Amino acid sequence: MDQPKYKHLDAILGGLLLVGMILALYMAFIGAPRERTMGDLQRIFYFHVPSGMMGLAAFAVNFFASLMYLIKKDRKWDSLALSATEVGLMFLTIVLVTGPIWAKPAWFVWWTWSPRLTSSLVLWILYLAYMLVRNYVPDPDRRAVMSAVFGIVAFVDAPIVFFSIRWWRDNHPSAMIETGDLDPLMRPAFYTCIAVFLILLVYLMRRRYFLESARLEAERLERLVDLAR
Amino acid sequence: MGTVNTMNYLFAAYTAIWIILAVYLFSIRAREKKLREELDNLRQLIERQPANRR
Repeated sequence: MDQPKYKHLDAILGGLLLVGMILALYMAFIGAPRERTMGDLQRIFYFHVPSGMMGLAAFAVNFFASLMYLIKKDRKWDSLALSATEVGLMFLTIVLVTGPIWAKPAWFVWWTWSPRLTSSLVLWILYLAYMLVRNYVPDPDRRAVMSAVFGIVAFVDAPIVFFSIRWWRDNHPSAMIETGDLDPLMRPAFYTCIAVFLILLVYLMRRRYFLESARLEAERLERLVDLAR
Repeated sequence: MGTVNTMNYLFAAYTAIWIILAVYLFSIRAREKKLREELDNLRQLIERQPANRR
């Protein structure tokens, strides 16, 4: 939380994020052309897809940090895993809320149990369960080990989410960058939004990580106070 | 797809994104504030304790 030596980095990230968000909104609403079939509705794409990408990236960080915790038994890896999960859940919530809002006028249904949508919902539930499990294990070391194992197992669903539109027939659009279906005029807006969401991911994860570090410090001080009584 | 109708959906989607982001940022901020107060209290408690009891 109070990390004076990183204050400059936080200020730089915050400034970049503010300018970047304004630029991303400009690119999504004005810079990118109007799509032929869906019209302006397609502009949801510029925030919906990067949110999904950052959610998966955050869960990959959780997977790596969980592995590192089991190897090193250092609490900072557990703090990183927790921070990544919470931020990843926030991004996936954006995906699961904006997806149905986009689906209703495009597919005429709010939700369909297609592989991409179902696996994304399962991923969200798995990491929500991860957060709940943490609250029910009082011992910090046991909690960290259980969470690390849970995080590693939960990540099995992430590749399924990623590859679902490549492996199975799905209502959900294909990976447009890979297939070349994304109009070259739309690419600058899309790449700008990815870059801005990446900054947002780093910014939020840092804040959440420092918050967790401060919580651990409070736990340590509480033990000191209890010992002295 | 009616333009006015789809514009409502576009507006709803971006509103939802900003609400989710704002709620999350405020929740982090609130937790930071609470924890900062808790840390200050704990540090004061430790400082007030006699050195031999620490």
